[in-house]
Amino acid sequence: MSRLTSAAVIEAEEIIARYPRKKSALIPLLHLAQAQDGYVADDAMEHIAELLDITPVEVLGTCSFYEMFKREPVGKYLVNICTNISCQLMGGEELLHHAEKTLGIKSGGTTEDGMFTIEDVECIAACTEAPCMQVNYRYAGRLDEVRFDKIVSEIREGKLAIPAHGNLGDVKQHIPQERESGIKPPEQTEAPAWFVRRMSESESEVTINANK
Amino acid sequence: MTATESSAVKATTGVPFTLNGQELHAEEGELLIEACDKNGVHIPRFCYHKRMESVGMCRMCIVEVDTGRGPALQPSCMLTVTPEMKVETESEATKDAQDGVLELLLANHPLDCPVCDKGGECPLQDNAFAYGPGESRFVEEKRHFEKPIPISDLVKLDRERCILCDRCTRFASDVAGDSLIHFIDRGSSTQVNTFPDHPFASYYSGNTVQICPVGALTAAPYRFKARPWDLTGSPSTATVDSSGSRVLVQSSQDKVVRIQGVDSDAVNWGWLSDKERFIYEANVSEDRILQPMRRAVDGSLEPMRWNDALKQTSEALGKKAAAIGGARLTLEAQHVWQKVLADEFSVVSYDASLGDDVSADVVDSLPKATYDWAFNAGSVVVVVGQDLKEILPSIYLRLRGVVKDGSVELVEFNYKSGSLAKLARKSVQSRPGELAKDVKQAFTATPGERSSDLNCLVDTDKPLTVIFSRPNVAESADYLTEALQVIQSVRPDAHFLPAFRRGNTVGAQLAGLTPGVREVATEDEIIVEQVAVVGRPTAEILQEAANGEVETLLLLGADPISDFPDKALAEAALDAVNTVIAVDCFENPSVASANVILPVAMYGEVNGHFVNSEGRLSPLGARVTAPGLVRSDLEIAASLAKTAPQSNSDAQSSLETSHMLGSEPIAWDLLELSSEGARIKTPTKPIQRVKADVPTVADGLRLVIGNKLWDQGTIVENSRTLAGLCETFKVRINPADADRFGLTAGAEIVVKNAKATASVPFITDSSVAEGVLWAPANVRGFDPRSFVTFSESVCYVEVSAGEQK
Ligand code: SF4
Ligand code: FES
Ligand code: FES
Repeated sequence: MSRLTSAAVIEAEEIIARYPRKKSALIPLLHLAQAQDGYVADDAMEHIAELLDITPVEVLGTCSFYEMFKREPVGKYLVNICTNISCQLMGGEELLHHAEKTLGIKSGGTTEDGMFTIEDVECIAACTEAPCMQVNYRYAGRLDEVRFDKIVSEIREGKLAIPAHGNLGDVKQHIPQERESGIKPPEQTEAPAWFVRRMSESESEVTINANK
Repeated sequence: MTATESSAVKATTGVPFTLNGQELHAEEGELLIEACDKNGVHIPRFCYHKRMESVGMCRMCIVEVDTGRGPALQPSCMLTVTPEMKVETESEATKDAQDGVLELLLANHPLDCPVCDKGGECPLQDNAFAYGPGESRFVEEKRHFEKPIPISDLVKLDRERCILCDRCTRFASDVAGDSLIHFIDRGSSTQVNTFPDHPFASYYSGNTVQICPVGALTAAPYRFKARPWDLTGSPSTATVDSSGSRVLVQSSQDKVVRIQGVDSDAVNWGWLSDKERFIYEANVSEDRILQPMRRAVDGSLEPMRWNDALKQTSEALGKKAAAIGGARLTLEAQHVWQKVLADEFSVVSYDASLGDDVSADVVDSLPKATYDWAFNAGSVVVVVGQDLKEILPSIYLRLRGVVKDGSVELVEFNYKSGSLAKLARKSVQSRPGELAKDVKQAFTATPGERSSDLNCLVDTDKPLTVIFSRPNVAESADYLTEALQVIQSVRPDAHFLPAFRRGNTVGAQLAGLTPGVREVATEDEIIVEQVAVVGRPTAEILQEAANGEVETLLLLGADPISDFPDKALAEAALDAVNTVIAVDCFENPSVASANVILPVAMYGEVNGHFVNSEGRLSPLGARVTAPGLVRSDLEIAASLAKTAPQSNSDAQSSLETSHMLGSEPIAWDLLELSSEGARIKTPTKPIQRVKADVPTVADGLRLVIGNKLWDQGTIVENSRTLAGLCETFKVRINPADADRFGLTAGAEIVVKNAKATASVPFITDSSVAEGVLWAPANVRGFDPRSFVTFSESVCYVEVSAGEQK
């Protein structure tokens, strides 16, 4: 859809400044683009390439490696239904079929009103709650058809507050000051405190390269 | 060769290791795969490439290695030999691993070898045959992709065949610096691809085809043209520029169908620019002139017989004649042409260069560097003039490599920053007329005034090489000459490397086909006789011709109307002479006014020798027969000698001797021999000091006309696939100047001076120096030389906002 808005560019520049090498900011910037449009648009990738001084295809290479970066528009709510083994045993496939029927789309599709996209996914590490799903990466477990329908209608009615797809970038990293290493390339960064401690404890003769 | 036979040359010192039970030595830090190669043990591989960093992508090179902790399977391209390492390349475990790797690589690989261009020379085919399991247990459907997709105008990609070795992508990003192809997606959908609408438009795209170990990448000009077992090849040298890249010219059914780069340590390391690689298409162009032609009264061309053509030429050369061109011929042909012109026809005005390059005299006076000398670790390279990527692209790759890894420091002086500006210590932007001044400033400033980035220029511990080219045809060449002299006076130890645009310019100099002072050898010493001035610069020839003082103009593959800096003068000259004789293979703007055209053989059709920028001598191989009634330059010159009025010289015998490199034109004692071939030690002669004019100061911008790799050169224009690569004309202006003159992006601007006015598209470009209008030479749309007056040392133009579109 679009390049990054000027507000997003300001944020992007802040993010870039956190790294000794511009290129390292690539994944956070992809989140930023996804937060803006709900997916990562080609234009946004080109814009990110310009900001990071790399080529668009290098951005695409990273972006396409990660399933969670969408390169096509998806619904406001992305519904990932697990069909891997534990969930399958507990009715995951039936749940998927039910979802497809009630929302009137196939897995991978988006409802006409742009509200929901369904995907069947592999194990999402919540096997104890099988069958389970995620809506914009918020978990819902021990599902059945009734509970599924309830979640969908609550979302439709606005009763269930789940931010629109693409909000993962809103989770901001916070490093307490005492743990900050500053913005230096790795070879100029001081060795972490635990490492220094351990080395002095063991009185080892190994030299700490990072400290030179 | 068995392992025992080769033991004579084996190292006896270094890191001791055991290879298949044999005690051997490797160099410190040597990769296991290389150590095995050296000892005659071949390990199969796909992703490993000697000229690129190892990545361990394909696992084909896995061998059993014991470093004291028990045997384990390790990729030999990622492992350096360590003392007492025990390596088994033939063991059961190694063979099992090889079987497994190949079976998996083939799991998704299509079995379309019979229709694949690579079939017959395919490493995957060969390795599967030699090391593979012979059978596959996979019965599942293979992965499918759309069959070849074009990733550029020149290269097609069949993703089904790709084995994800990362060679092409590594080449693009690490070697060429054009990271336009990349792995996309993940797992079994991983594929090489470009970004949508950003094609792999690299000057070097053809190299990826050559190094792809399967048939995934194919070159548009070669697809389905031949089978590898039908090909025969001749070692030769690329002649499109003066880098002297080594190539193998391959033909099938008497047609050149492919040119491959040859890995020559001293020159191009196996890499070629696409121009060097695909230039052969012009040989079979429909527009090629295949028989002698004469211009009829109505202006059309009509065929004539060779005898008549030669007779007419000989008569015309007997009158007041001059000759231009010849910098692209073989050394032998240059030598014979020089003899025929000077001795048979007493022609004194000839110049192989077209007034758009560095003058031969200047080059003669400087101590030369080789590429190896220039790019040796710890040296400093100064680029004065144009972006090397546009004029010597294959050598640019070597420069890029050493600058990128930090082993060589680069400083450049130019009007538009080069492609390595970001990696350079310093990129000094100058302006026409001020080059010498800025170079002087940088070299002679006191340490306090000088930016510390420039200290390397005067650090005499670091060998210094100056790679120079004519920076701009819209200004006097004297500024460059003066700049070089400044460097030479500050750093008398500096070496120089000319970056000529035309292939065999150094050859032309050696053959005496360029104007200048010639040495006259006496019994035992070489003295410089100022009297022995031969030839005459193209500029003077054209001026005289325009004044009506020349009756016949001979064009030896030259197109002054497209190349000479002052287009109007070239046109006037061709108009004014009585007879124009063109020795050429195509009609071009200058040949269009020829009265007689002598059709000449092209690249791949003649034997001979080539001398590159370094003075390195290398062979040109004839691979195919010249078509039609075409003759080689050598033959044409020699047959003219027979028809000459005063046939008194040895042109005929030089024709015979020049088939081999005899005593002339190069004396053997001038040759420096090494395993990489011969290099000519050009003696350094003193030069008349040049003091260029102080440029007049005027309003407006100073015009710079620079070169692009893809232009409308005759051969490129006649190559089917390459012709489309030439860009359309637009000028580049620094954003600050665009603001100053109120120019808005997207609109055309009006450029004018006393000679011409034109409305042209423009873009802002911060790599262009302030105060400069940068225009590409000889591209589609507009010719900026219309603004140039040859006698003016700097060309000013005024710019203003044009009509809004
Ligand atoms: S296209 Fe060829 S060179 Fe490129 S990764 Fe695939 S197999 Fe390797
Ligand atoms: S199988 Fe569904 S969460 Fe693990
Ligand atoms: S050649 Fe060693 S892993 Fe590919």
